[in-house]
Amino acid sequence: MSVTEERKNMRVVNHAVPKVDAEALVTGKAVYTNDLAPADCLIVKIIRSPHAHALIKEINTARAEAVPGIECILTYKDCPDKRFTMAGQTYPEPSPYDRLILDQRMRFVGDAAAIVAGTSEEAVKKAMKLVKIKYEVLEPVLDFRKAKDNPILVHPEDNWKSLCPVGADNKRNLCAHDVSESGDIEAVLEECDYVIDRIYHTKANQQAMMETFRTYSYLDTYGRLNVVSSTQVPFHVRRILANALDIPKSRVRVIKPRIGGGFGAKQTSVSEVYPALVTWKTGKPAKIIYTREESLIASSPRHEMEMHVRLGADKEGHIRGIDLYTLSNTGAFGEHGPTTVGLSGHKSIPLYGKAEAFRFTYDVVYTNVMSAGAYRGYGATQGIFAVESAVNELAQVLGMDPTVLREMNMVREGDVMPAYYGEQTQSCALDRCLARAKEMIGWDDKYPCRDMGNGKVRGVGVAMAMQGSGISSVDTGSVAIKVNDDGFYSLMIGATDMGTGCDTILSQMAAECLDCDIKDIIVHGVDTDISPYDCGSYASSTTYVTGMAVVRTCEALIGKICERGAEYLGCPVEDVEFNGAEVVNLKTGESITRKEIGNRVMCFNNEALSASEAFSSPVSPPPFMAGIAEVEIDKETGVVEMVDYAAVVDCGTVVNPSLARVQTEGGIAQGIGMALFEDIVYSPKGKNYSNSFMQYKIPSRLDVGNIRVEFESSYEPTGPFGAKSIGEIVINTPSPAIANAIQNAVGVTIRELPMTAEKVYKGMREKAENR
Amino acid sequence: MEIQFTLNKKQVTAEVGADTVLLGVLRDLGCKSVKCGCETTNCGLCTVWIDGRSRLSCSVLAAGIDGHEVTTLEGVEEEAAEFGRFLAAEGGEQCGFCSPGFIMNVLAMKRELEDPDLEEIKEYLAGNLCRCTGYMSQLRAIRKYMAVQKENSGKEAQV
Repeated sequence: MSVTEERKNMRVVNHAVPKVDAEALVTGKAVYTNDLAPADCLIVKIIRSPHAHALIKEINTARAEAVPGIECILTYKDCPDKRFTMAGQTYPEPSPYDRLILDQRMRFVGDAAAIVAGTSEEAVKKAMKLVKIKYEVLEPVLDFRKAKDNPILVHPEDNWKSLCPVGADNKRNLCAHDVSESGDIEAVLEECDYVIDRIYHTKANQQAMMETFRTYSYLDTYGRLNVVSSTQVPFHVRRILANALDIPKSRVRVIKPRIGGGFGAKQTSVSEVYPALVTWKTGKPAKIIYTREESLIASSPRHEMEMHVRLGADKEGHIRGIDLYTLSNTGAFGEHGPTTVGLSGHKSIPLYGKAEAFRFTYDVVYTNVMSAGAYRGYGATQGIFAVESAVNELAQVLGMDPTVLREMNMVREGDVMPAYYGEQTQSCALDRCLARAKEMIGWDDKYPCRDMGNGKVRGVGVAMAMQGSGISSVDTGSVAIKVNDDGFYSLMIGATDMGTGCDTILSQMAAECLDCDIKDIIVHGVDTDISPYDCGSYASSTTYVTGMAVVRTCEALIGKICERGAEYLGCPVEDVEFNGAEVVNLKTGESITRKEIGNRVMCFNNEALSASEAFSSPVSPPPFMAGIAEVEIDKETGVVEMVDYAAVVDCGTVVNPSLARVQTEGGIAQGIGMALFEDIVYSPKGKNYSNSFMQYKIPSRLDVGNIRVEFESSYEPTGPFGAKSIGEIVINTPSPAIANAIQNAVGVTIRELPMTAEKVYKGMREKAENR
Repeated sequence: MEIQFTLNKKQVTAEVGADTVLLGVLRDLGCKSVKCGCETTNCGLCTVWIDGRSRLSCSVLAAGIDGHEVTTLEGVEEEAAEFGRFLAAEGGEQCGFCSPGFIMNVLAMKRELEDPDLEEIKEYLAGNLCRCTGYMSQLRAIRKYMAVQKENSGKEAQV
């Protein structure tokens, strides 16, 4: 059967099924963390450091403790002196163990100095004002270009620990360092007719999910610490809390309710440790709800990166070599520092797989700003801005259409990608994606620009992107499916639906495999006491990794259903077939329904009718996409307005077209924010100015123009139903495509995000003056 | 002080301080659909109706609504579910956290604007931020919903 026929025959997968939790969400049901927290929770708040770098000399809590309703005030003296990481990663985590719940050393403005817990918000706020803290203010390291080998150390402590060989050295402010290469890059660049040698700079960005960080905790009947949290990584949080509190993992249970968005922010355990510590110390339920301000000053934003690209090509435009050096700013702590940086090269350079040589070098440094973390795209976004911008600059130098330059050089199906761990693309429709995006936008008519005759000019710009589908040989997803009375199925997953819809798409896959209606399946996730292990929802892993675990579990379960059916029919298992509704004896035509089997296994039965399988992949098949932006620029002011965005994605088989489309549109809108105005700005002393939605503006529906999405599907043989990932790749094209559109419209090349009106205006002025 | 007001067509009383904002009062009264997203009146998550008009409940003092009529999503659940089906068909609810405030404003727009065009819709709802969807799916849902509403009211008019 051809792939097209196979897709046509699918009943549930590849269909726009509404999300299984949609009705509760659109009617505002109480399904999120703060809706579910018991009314008697202690209110937990954090006193935060006003200094970027300081040592706590003295904390006087006497007056604060006397405030009626105050339960406890905790300081570094109350916390285990055992470092851990808040990064939600598979053990052993590449992120260094550099945190304490509360530390004597303050490492950024907003760092946690003390925890106050009490029976009411008013009492806690009052007490917070009465806690007197004396700081010894130290000089901070704020310029990430000067952090490496700076005499001022962010982490001078001796119990700092790096579990993995990532090139970290706390005595050099280094969180990670590495060099990887293939071929002789210097010799190749030497031979090239053109070498584009440029530096690009991307800033820290906030995920800005609508639901801020929040957690509540309580002790259960068995005296165990139960934690309900808005997290993408429940199983990792269990380990993180056990590490932080220095208690056995068996004492911790983590439950994930509905989540109001994550985008990677909640792949770091930002809020969990605080109420957990309060509950563990007091035995009482406790909750913390981050304010938007806290979510903007003490969270886990995108790593700021500066990337030096050297891109060599011959005069016909064949890209022959790429040399990339990335400097990444991990801030005060190393969460996701050693890993995000890797993607800046490993998921940008392979787009040009035909190059003969590459080199990718990086340093990740500690500074005294808030710790960075995981944000959709995870380093690939930054690297793709740099490499795609360099390719667009090469096109300018060559006088070539940037889409034609890409058609000559892009990675294609069957290519081996040396910079992508030597993996070969088994599925790649990038060529079709670019061709279709050009058609959608009308590239040939609009490139490079059109003067609108009213002081405005419209330009078009292009970029390509890739990502991965899970972390190869690391990410693990497992699934359990039980057959219940009347034959309905329980699908137990450890993958974390954070609004993305994995409860739905995994149910779709199970319904497809089990030949049943999606309504015959109930889905449950995630409770670390009950759910099968899953590393969590990040690294674009869920559809691909947990999806394959669903397929495998269904296969195993169908085998068991056949065995049981054959037993009840009194025939050999070889003679039966399961058609989703009944097990049929093909020889006699006798049959037994699934409903009957479900009921019969609940009486006089020695083996549970359930299956559980896991999946981990040695490869991480990249999805690909092409994005073309059309922008309108005011020649007087430099204001850039989005007009149109055409995006074509190859995520393999599209499991749920409406959810995949919304993922793409949403990722592009976030990417537009990153490209045009989102920026975390610090004062010269390290205070974060971008502490509300007024200073940190995210796109409204007036800012994004029209976004149009189509799919050009390849078929990934190692993925479920031919699927690859979709969640992250979609944020990667806007920055380089919009930069290219600005370049094509007004001839101004901007290499530092965000591309504000001021920068465009200044560029136009400089151009006019040089003329 | 004690205040009395109508919440979703029922008389309620609440004990509030001089600086208590309406948002928290509504949640304490069980209207958990009302969400807080920003504290600075930028996000639209806490949108409710006061005397039938859309308001941000994070910036309304509870003391000021004594004697007024407040409607939250719980009070228009059927209508919300009806529009919600259009939204869900497009995948436009995503994480759902902004949905209640957004839907309250969509339903307010339906009452206030007759046959709005795309730009009018975008402007009316500009204060309702969403970080998941990129807004396109919401616009598709609104236009389909409005079209069906128009068709239905046309039918009613003919009867």
